[in-house]
Amino acid sequence: MSWSESEIAALVEPDRVHRKAYVDPGIFDLEMERIFERLWIYIGHESQVKNPGDYYLARVGRQPMMMTRDRNGEINVLYNRCPHRGAQICSARKGNAGKLFRCSYHAWMFELDGRLESVPGVKGYEGTRFDAANPAFHIRKAPRADNYRGFWFASLAEDGPDLETHLGRARLALDQLVDRSPDGEIEVVGDCFHMIQQSNWKIFLENQIDVSHPGATHESTGAAARSVENEMKRDGEDPPMSYGFLSDFVRHGIDGWDKFGTTGLPQGHCTLEGYMGLRPDDPDTNEYVRRMYESYGEEKTEEILGVDLHHVLLYPCNSVQPPLQQLRTIRPLGPNRTLSEIWHFRLKGAPEAIYQRSLAYYYLVNSPSTMVNADDLFNWWKCQHGLESNAIEWVSFHRNAGQDSEKGGIMYSAPSSMSELPMRSMMQAWKGYMTANGAGA
Amino acid sequence: MGAAAQKLAAGDRFSAARVSTETQLAVERFLYRQAEILDEKQWDDWLALFAEDGHYWMPVTEDQEDGEGVPNIFWEDLNMMKMRVRRNNHPQAHSQAPENRLCHVVSNVIVESEDPNGDVVVRSRFHCAEYLRYDIRNFTGRYRHYLRKTADGYRIALQRVDLVNREGPYEYVIQWWL
Repeated sequence: MSWSESEIAALVEPDRVHRKAYVDPGIFDLEMERIFERLWIYIGHESQVKNPGDYYLARVGRQPMMMTRDRNGEINVLYNRCPHRGAQICSARKGNAGKLFRCSYHAWMFELDGRLESVPGVKGYEGTRFDAANPAFHIRKAPRADNYRGFWFASLAEDGPDLETHLGRARLALDQLVDRSPDGEIEVVGDCFHMIQQSNWKIFLENQIDVSHPGATHESTGAAARSVENEMKRDGEDPPMSYGFLSDFVRHGIDGWDKFGTTGLPQGHCTLEGYMGLRPDDPDTNEYVRRMYESYGEEKTEEILGVDLHHVLLYPCNSVQPPLQQLRTIRPLGPNRTLSEIWHFRLKGAPEAIYQRSLAYYYLVNSPSTMVNADDLFNWWKCQHGLESNAIEWVSFHRNAGQDSEKGGIMYSAPSSMSELPMRSMMQAWKGYMTANGAGA
Repeated sequence: MGAAAQKLAAGDRFSAARVSTETQLAVERFLYRQAEILDEKQWDDWLALFAEDGHYWMPVTEDQEDGEGVPNIFWEDLNMMKMRVRRNNHPQAHSQAPENRLCHVVSNVIVESEDPNGDVVVRSRFHCAEYLRYDIRNFTGRYRHYLRKTADGYRIALQRVDLVNREGPYEYVIQWWL
């Protein structure tokens, strides 16, 4: 069906959302058009393309894109499509193109910033409308590409708020990722893990800041980790700190997660407070803090490390965990299919042990063998199935509805609650983007 | 780098040692038994296959030489393996309800090297079908085992598993070892 603006708006009520927002193919197409091909979407980190000729593929909405480093050292975001007959320019997910891109079909050659360099047998175009100087015959550039502290984003809309305005206060997540490095620099580690979620992209975002799920969803993993920890202690061994990342799931029971507040921003960004106590008093952490003091002084260091956020959602595509140097990005493939890329970073100048901490989390929570996301992904798949049924038309976000407070344009969850504020807040932003031809919010 | 990882890294994964029929048979029997233990979910037996300091390792890239300190799909010692057994068998492990089923075929068993003390490095190929959520997925790849000879038969010092699709993307996750 085609959707009028009032029909779309009617899908989102203050405390509940209609299931069609998650399953309808027409809604999905409009989301691609009005959200993913309009807002600032994450492409990648500058350290993924270190050298001239390096490229890395990314998907923005339905568009195949790539990030390239040109011979001047500049980063470009291009459509991965030959202007001649449409062939993909790069077919490997990453690599180095050398000095020029060469289309495999007819050997049109392009500069690394997309400009047409040469066409074999160009004589045949004499007297035609082909014009090598016309950008229509170059690899098309993203209408807008920009970075914030080395994190590259593209917007496929010619105009709209700039990147910093779009990120708003949520840019703190990216500041935190970089500022936690004693050298003020970070570097992506290896390639990312890729996982296909057999569920709608919004279900992923909602889960990331859902404090009422970990104790229930991850009970089995928390309990197993706790039992191994206890056994090791009994045998006089020291369980690795990373086991605590898992046993934390049973530390607060199912309903003891009301200590961790959430916020929502008008752009759809959200935050969840940290709960993992990632600044223990151990020699590695102390050495790290010492190096931070050396670089930034005590006051600034405390300001940086004093921010304890477990998740920051950069709407509509990122989930960032600054104290663990993780960044996930989602690429919707269909109403019930979402590709996730999970990246992690090394803090330059930090002791190796701090990286190992991040790596342990990356492994336990986000690797293809994870015992944590296994249960999330399964829940999301089950939700997607349930929402395809019309047994009940609404998804409930009633927890602490009407009790959110607002200050300076930020919505805060009710004190001591496991409020569904972030879900409500994201869906209000969604409604804004999806109506008024996407000019809302 | 751990000694076991060094042993695999130093080996030549295109070589074939001249070994006795007994060694070849013993190695093959060990690999078949390991596959059967996985398929039949005999978890105590699984843990007993590994040396005290043994690891199960599934790297992300082929050129990785060690599992320690770098991203992996699996890098598990006995404690992590115990945790996985307990977690997957926990009554609240809802993503294992209904339980998956695995079925392995292991073949192309070639002993790369045999030490005077009887330790071997052996490579093989495997195919594993997994039935999960009313669907079948297929995994295939190469095993390399570093097996220590003990009075009680072989123990795994290191098992390296290189999936052909190691870079993913993965549909869902891998909950049991392959």
